[in-house]
Amino acid sequence: MILETKALGRDFGGLTALNDINFAIDDQEIVAIIGPNGAGKSTFFNVISGFYPPSRGTVSFRNQNMTGTPTHIFARLGIARTFQTTHLFYNGSVLDNLIVGYRQKTKMGLFDAILRTPRARREEADSREKAQEVLNFIGLAGISTEPVANISQESAKRLAIGLALISEPRLLLLDEPAAGINHNETKGLVELIRKIRSHGTTVCLIEHKVQMVMGLADRIMVLNYGSKIAEGSPTDIGSNQKVIEAYLGRAHHA
Amino acid sequence: MLSKNQKFKWSWLFYLAVLILAFIFPALNPGSYYIQVVSLAFIYAIAVYGLNLIEGYMGQLSLAQAGLFGFGAYAAALLTMKLQLSFWLAVPLASVLTAVVAFFIGLISFRTRGHYFVIFTLCIGVIINLVIQKWDAVTGGMNGLIGIPKPTPLGPISFDSLKAQYYLILVFLLLTVFVMYRLVNSLIGRTFVSIRNSEELAAALGINVMKNKILAFCVAAFFTGMAGSLYAAFIRFIGPDISSPTLTFEFLLYLLAGGQASIAGPIVGTLLMSGLTESLQFLRDYRLLLFGPLLILIVKFLPMGIVGLIHKLASRSPFRRSAAKSLNPSKTVKGEGL
Amino acid sequence: MSLFIQQIVNGLTLGSIYCLVALGLTLIYGIMEVPNFAHGHLYMVGAYVTFFGMTLYGLNYWVSALVAGIIIAILGVITERVVFNPLRHAPSSNRFIAALGAMMFLEAAARLLWGADFRSIPPVYDKVLSFAGVRVTEQRVIVIVAAILLIIALNLFLKRTIIGSSIEAVAQNPDGSSLVGINVNVVGMLTFAIASFLAAVAAALAGPIFLVFPTMGELIIMKAFVIIVIGGMGSIPGAIVGGYILGLTESLGATYISMDYKDVIAFLVLVIILTIKPTGLFAKGV
Repeated sequence: MILETKALGRDFGGLTALNDINFAIDDQEIVAIIGPNGAGKSTFFNVISGFYPPSRGTVSFRNQNMTGTPTHIFARLGIARTFQTTHLFYNGSVLDNLIVGYRQKTKMGLFDAILRTPRARREEADSREKAQEVLNFIGLAGISTEPVANISQESAKRLAIGLALISEPRLLLLDEPAAGINHNETKGLVELIRKIRSHGTTVCLIEHKVQMVMGLADRIMVLNYGSKIAEGSPTDIGSNQKVIEAYLGRAHHA
Repeated sequence: MLSKNQKFKWSWLFYLAVLILAFIFPALNPGSYYIQVVSLAFIYAIAVYGLNLIEGYMGQLSLAQAGLFGFGAYAAALLTMKLQLSFWLAVPLASVLTAVVAFFIGLISFRTRGHYFVIFTLCIGVIINLVIQKWDAVTGGMNGLIGIPKPTPLGPISFDSLKAQYYLILVFLLLTVFVMYRLVNSLIGRTFVSIRNSEELAAALGINVMKNKILAFCVAAFFTGMAGSLYAAFIRFIGPDISSPTLTFEFLLYLLAGGQASIAGPIVGTLLMSGLTESLQFLRDYRLLLFGPLLILIVKFLPMGIVGLIHKLASRSPFRRSAAKSLNPSKTVKGEGL
Repeated sequence: MSLFIQQIVNGLTLGSIYCLVALGLTLIYGIMEVPNFAHGHLYMVGAYVTFFGMTLYGLNYWVSALVAGIIIAILGVITERVVFNPLRHAPSSNRFIAALGAMMFLEAAARLLWGADFRSIPPVYDKVLSFAGVRVTEQRVIVIVAAILLIIALNLFLKRTIIGSSIEAVAQNPDGSSLVGINVNVVGMLTFAIASFLAAVAAALAGPIFLVFPTMGELIIMKAFVIIVIGGMGSIPGAIVGGYILGLTESLGATYISMDYKDVIAFLVLVIILTIKPTGLFAKGV
């Protein structure tokens, strides 16, 4: 078990966005979280990645209680994440965009940078090398000098994942990785996610494309109105009455 | 690879030429008036480099800059006048003190974000300005401080002549540019830019956003305070005006005109705008009549300033395309979520 | 005790002026997310228009105030069209900087046209009323009452009229509003007109008590920002409460703490409040 939540809850100004979630992610599995719009998926993600403190309950990562830990420490302990809207940095090249992801592993300070000390040189070289390595891994080595503004939506998605991977996280949280890309590109992405897992990183994703999730995830948690309504293997979930109702019910209302 | 080399050579030659020009400028006998104008522009440029770091690279528009400039100036003046410290001790000490003050300001002000931060820092600037105005016993109030000692001679080199002072200021400016260049081209500089583009993403990458903001603010304040202390030693008279928000706005104009988030921007903008002010002598007090609309036009049509424009034009030649693009730090690229 | 009450009255006078200026600023912020730095300078031009209306054209005080209100409202709309509307989709710091540009321009223009001299609007209502040992000029009473009436009028306008509620709708949700057929452009101009009108009237009200000079807008705009930050940017009740809080704090601070540092007090209040609560006292949502 790598991550565990106990009775996790989160409120926003009196509204309960997340209620009593008990959930665990095992080492090296691919877990998906699905649910209708507004089910609390993003809130759950934001809580387990340290962006929102929980209102109730606890998050523990590798048996360490994370309550009250600052956001950037989550990342340093090995929880990396991507965002629903693909944030990338400036119009620098693809390679440039990756380098800063390695910053958390480096120790250079102000004077190292100004005096360009051996440590600064070494760390700059390391980050570049690491970035190159990740580029190969995510399959963007061919466009490493391309300005980010010019790359395709799919490449941007891959790059955002690369940015999260460069620090070699233990747990990778992907927020709707397949949003905005086509069927073929989605297949490629599924392969990438499998490859990430086979290199020892646990993956947890939120996804709207249920079809994709069914083929990819080892286990699925379904949220509805902020509560967990089901958990299990894709086949279990596919035949779960509550889940079908949740999706159909919403569709019915809409 | 070839184009990268080419670009390096060209810009290197260009910078060398500018440097030589800066060094031989007093020898061209431009007259003491122009030496004075350029020296003052250099001093302001140092402060604008500070603003460039915090606003250009870090994206935090601090309007406390003139307050920090004034603080540095008064600190240096008081250290040399009241404690009889040498210029060579007073300047670094005043710069460090300004950075220390900025540390505490940063600790509080970076708890706020966006417009709140801008207004908060503006208020800090106003507070410093008002305290300088009112604290007669120490700052001389509205009368200011007169008779600040000249820079102390450094061994055989004295700084009595205007030309010698010009070179002194030039050395400080080059030092500033060097430090800024090293900084923004390092992992630390990348860290700052990542925060400018998305604080959330930076935090998700394990970057301590608060710590980095305070670091950038302190470095910016160090140079702003240094500029202030050079101003005190060069002009040798200081009044509360040098800490007024108006000066902050002028710094901002210099920065935007030159081009923020570029290494050449601050000096280009400051020289250009000071030159414009001087050549439009008849405008004197009314220069803001021109500067105001200019500021609006710049943010509308030239958001990356003159340096940005040059890069844009240069990028039209196919040969330097990729290099120029990577220097244009536009905002976050966002893909669409469904 | 009577000194205390005296200072309360002075504080309310000051607070009334602050409220009217801050209300405009917060309205504009709420609608367009523009921190309109030029707002205080519209206030300044309003004071000059009132001044010249009375001295040059011999107009009645109230007529001058109304003329100032209308002229400044037009000037406000022009600023919106020329400066802010073209930058609607620009990064927020650009709008901030453009506002600074507009501010510089107005101040320099005032200096060029009218010189740096201090002037004062001839007092019309300078009779001193006194009750229970407290002496107040009629003008101060007028300021307080007029401000209250204007605040009530503004609220009625926003709540009870269709066009007023469209302003509120845009403030709540600018993108959604254009979907339901509210013309965001018209609302933007209208907001600037109302805000500028309020600033000019505030200047006309304050004119006989305080002085008129080109940089008078500088301090008031910063204080108005302090107020709306305290009250939560974009919040109307916040601006009203914040305005009176600041007026009273300054007036009492000047008497009981230090006359010299009375302006510092205002900014210190802000620093303290933001230190404790980085999003202001009445921030929405958090």
